[in-house]
Order: sequence, then structure tokens, then C-alpha cells
Amino acid sequence: MLETLIQGLLLGGLYCLFALGQSLIFGVMRLTNTAQGDFIILGAYAVIASLGALAISPWLIAVLLLPLAFGFGYGLQRQVLNSTLGRDPLPSLVVTFGLSIVIQNLLLQLFSADPRSIETEGFNTQSIALPGGISVGTLPLVILVLAVAATAALQWLFNRTHVGRAFRAVSDDKETAELMGLNAHHVYALATAVAFVLIALAGALQAMRTTVAPSDGPLLLLFAFEAVIIGGMGSFWGTLVGALLLGVTQQIGFRIDPGWGIWFGHIVFLAVLVVRPQGLFPKTRG
Amino acid sequence: MGALLATIGLTAFYGDAQALFGIDFELGAGEMVAVIGANGAGKSTFMKAVTGLVKTAPHGIRFAGEPIGGLPPGEIVKRGIALVPEGRRLFPSLSVEENLLMGGFSKRAGPWTMERLFKLFPILAQKRDQPATSLSGGQQQMVAIGRALMSNPTLLLCDELSLGLAPIVIKEIYDALPAICAEGMTVVIVEQDVAMAQQVSQRIYCFQEGRVSLHGRSSELTREQISQAYFGIGSEEAPHA
Repeated sequence: MLETLIQGLLLGGLYCLFALGQSLIFGVMRLTNTAQGDFIILGAYAVIASLGALAISPWLIAVLLLPLAFGFGYGLQRQVLNSTLGRDPLPSLVVTFGLSIVIQNLLLQLFSADPRSIETEGFNTQSIALPGGISVGTLPLVILVLAVAATAALQWLFNRTHVGRAFRAVSDDKETAELMGLNAHHVYALATAVAFVLIALAGALQAMRTTVAPSDGPLLLLFAFEAVIIGGMGSFWGTLVGALLLGVTQQIGFRIDPGWGIWFGHIVFLAVLVVRPQGLFPKTRG
Repeated sequence: MGALLATIGLTAFYGDAQALFGIDFELGAGEMVAVIGANGAGKSTFMKAVTGLVKTAPHGIRFAGEPIGGLPPGEIVKRGIALVPEGRRLFPSLSVEENLLMGGFSKRAGPWTMERLFKLFPILAQKRDQPATSLSGGQQQMVAIGRALMSNPTLLLCDELSLGLAPIVIKEIYDALPAICAEGMTVVIVEQDVAMAQQVSQRIYCFQEGRVSLHGRSSELTREQISQAYFGIGSEEAPHA
């Protein structure tokens, strides 16, 4: 049982990285990025492709990719997504859904449908033995640590910095924020840029831990959604807890029957929606 | 000496609906002017037009001799016009102090600093770390005024300061205005309470259905003139005829 719990928490760490970007983008501009999962896969393939071209460590490539992802996110928001925002949520849903289809087909065309992974020179098979005969994968542990660190960093950015204050102000009341002199389009683009750093990180780690295929995106999107909604919109710690809960539930399901993991996760997600639709840690407003 | 703010035949629309039908308005530096009128007369639209929240033609509004109509709000606040919006519109996720810091985003230099505001409204210093919308209505209005002052404006626009506040609180808020004007600040207040408007202002503009129905020196206008312009009843020549 303890082992299931530990494995579930480790899986949840990865889901947390899937979900944080989604949580940030939704929190700042009420935009639901339905291409979130596909962008994660795109990030993974970016590492895979670079690895083929440059013979350097995959970790170094992942780190080099992060500033590129920041720029990509900024540009995407500034050039494409900003013009879809408004009272009506439909344009942004349709555009990101379209991007999802484009990315899947582009990856299929370039890399074929075969699952690929990032070769970590055996790091992904290393493990640490814990007392009680439990062994924990080193890579999943690193992922969980990164997830907790990313959550803490994002919450700090949101609550304690100038940029975070601007994020909260435009989220509360875009018109009044503009009245103060903020450029909402720039603030939105910064939020998406930060989200894409997390997306690229999640993609690289996903492909190190397991395999990725061009059609994997929608499932990752689903996990991200579930984590965000279980945790409660607008709180990053909530997203972390939601992701860990989802990971543990899936792991319990997998233990009962290898085919049950994913739908066990959905059951808990639906149960939370019924019992506590605002999520476990909803954003508190004065 | 030119006017600080002048609008000439200013029109404004919400989509297809016209809200302002040619407003002529003039304001000298250091003046305190009140805009009165019934609900829907166009007072708030006028404030929004001047601050760039409602788009207008470039030459409809001149500030310090330059056309500012249709500029983005951020550009207008940099030039020195700040608005205390109707209903205060504080940022609920931000503390009192953070709301004030947002007001100073444009980084205009001038006499107003956080310390100075805390001297004007000492209660805000005590509550600086609380969420802004957890304060009482009057205290929230102080935050809204403070937030506007943090941009060190040349012209301060106050839209319905007394909205939803108890009379004693309204008095407290208005008592702070002389200290604000002492710096030579030019102030426009939009006010539903005509007696209050007449008492604190030097001149009054009365709006009716998107037009100026009356303007003059506050001390010289009679109750009858004002109520006629306010409601448009019994007037021989209806302004929109």
C-alpha cells in the first residue's frame, strides 16, 4: 500500500507539471488552452529532434529549450491568442483546438506515429532503495522535486513580485488595470511565456520517463484539466495537490487492475465535481 | 492662457448606441468642477472618454493643448489624468498597499507617495496588508482615491465618490478633497448629490441625455435652474429638441 502511495505521488508530480501552465493561463486570462497536451508533446519532440542534431546531454538541451519556450509562448500569445480573448470563450477554445490538430498532424508528418523517448543514458532506470524493501525511481523523484519547486516558484512569482501583481490585477479587472497604465496584452503574453517554460519542462520529462507519440496530447490535456479542477482554479498549491491526488488514485486503480488506473482517476475527478465543484482550494476573494 | 482640458463637440458611442451628443466642456488649471445629472445622462461615459476607456475622435478632447481623444488609457494616465472609477473597482486579489502600488505603475513624479497617502488616510496604513475589498465602503473609497493619486495626476477625475456610502462617510471623504487640491490639482467630480456638488465645486456642468443642459458658477446657479436642467421638465426649449 505504501509503495502504491509513493508511486502515485511520483506520478502526480509529473501531472502537476502538465497542469501548472494550464492553471496559470486560465487564472490570468480565463483562457482554456485545449492544445496544452499537444504543446507538451511538441516540447518533447523538440528535445528529441535537437538530440538527433546535437550530440550533447539531453538535460542540457532541455535547459536550453526553456528560454526558447518562453519566447515561443510570448509570441504565440501576442500574435495569435490575444485576438481570441473576450467575453465569449468560444474563439479561444476553437483556435487552441485547431492548434491541437495542427500540432498532432505536423508531428505525425515529421516523426511518424512511432512512440519515441529521450535517451538519458540509463538515468531513467536508476533507483534509490528505501527501507522496507521499497525502491523509488531516481528520475520520478527528480520530477516530483521539480514539480514542488515549480509550484513554489510560481506561487511566489504570483504573490510576491511586480509581474505577479500585474497578473493578478489584469485577472481581476482588465479595464481598470489598463487605466493604471498596464498593457494587458503584454501581461497576458508574459503569463503564457511562463506557462510555456513549464510546458517545455513537462514535455522533456515526460519523454525521459516514458515514451511520447504525436497523438498523446489529448490524454495529457485531460490529466492537466483534472488536476487543475480537483485542486481548484487559481491556486497553484491546489493544482499540486490535485495532481498528486490524481496520481495516487490512478496508481491505486492500476494496482487493482492494470486497465483501471486511468478511469479510477476520472471517477475521483467526477466525485470532486459533484461534492465540491469549486475544487479543494478555490481562490478566495474578499 | 488655454484651458487644461477642453472637449469640443465630443461624441461617444457604445457599439451602435450614442451616449454623448456633442459635449463642450472646458476646465482651467486648478479648478474644481462638478458634473451632475440623472442616471444615464452620460456623466460616466464622459469620464471614460476622457480617460480613454471609451474611444473617441482624436480632436474631440484636448489636454494641456494636445489632442488625446482615442489614445489608450495607459498613455492618458502617463500624460497626467487619473480616474477614481464609479464603484471604486479595486483589485480584489491585491492588498491595500498593492492596489496603491498599481496606481503608481505609470511612475509619474510628483508629491504623492505611499507615505503621503498614509498621512492623508491613516487608517490605510493600519490595513495596508489586508485585501482591499475586505475594507469598509468608505475605506475602499479612500484606497480608490489614493490609487488615482499615486499616478501624480495633473487632473483628477472622481466618478460618484458618494455612491453607496453613509452620509457621515461621504463627509469624511469630501473633507479630504481640500488637502488634495492644495497642491494645485485640478479636480472634476461627478456627483448625484446636487447640494454636495454645489458646495464643494467652483463651477457646475449639468448633463442631460448626453448633452450639456446647463453650466455656470456653482454659487450663482439657483435650485430651480438646476432641477430644470437636471430633469428637463418644464423647460421651454428642451435641449434635445
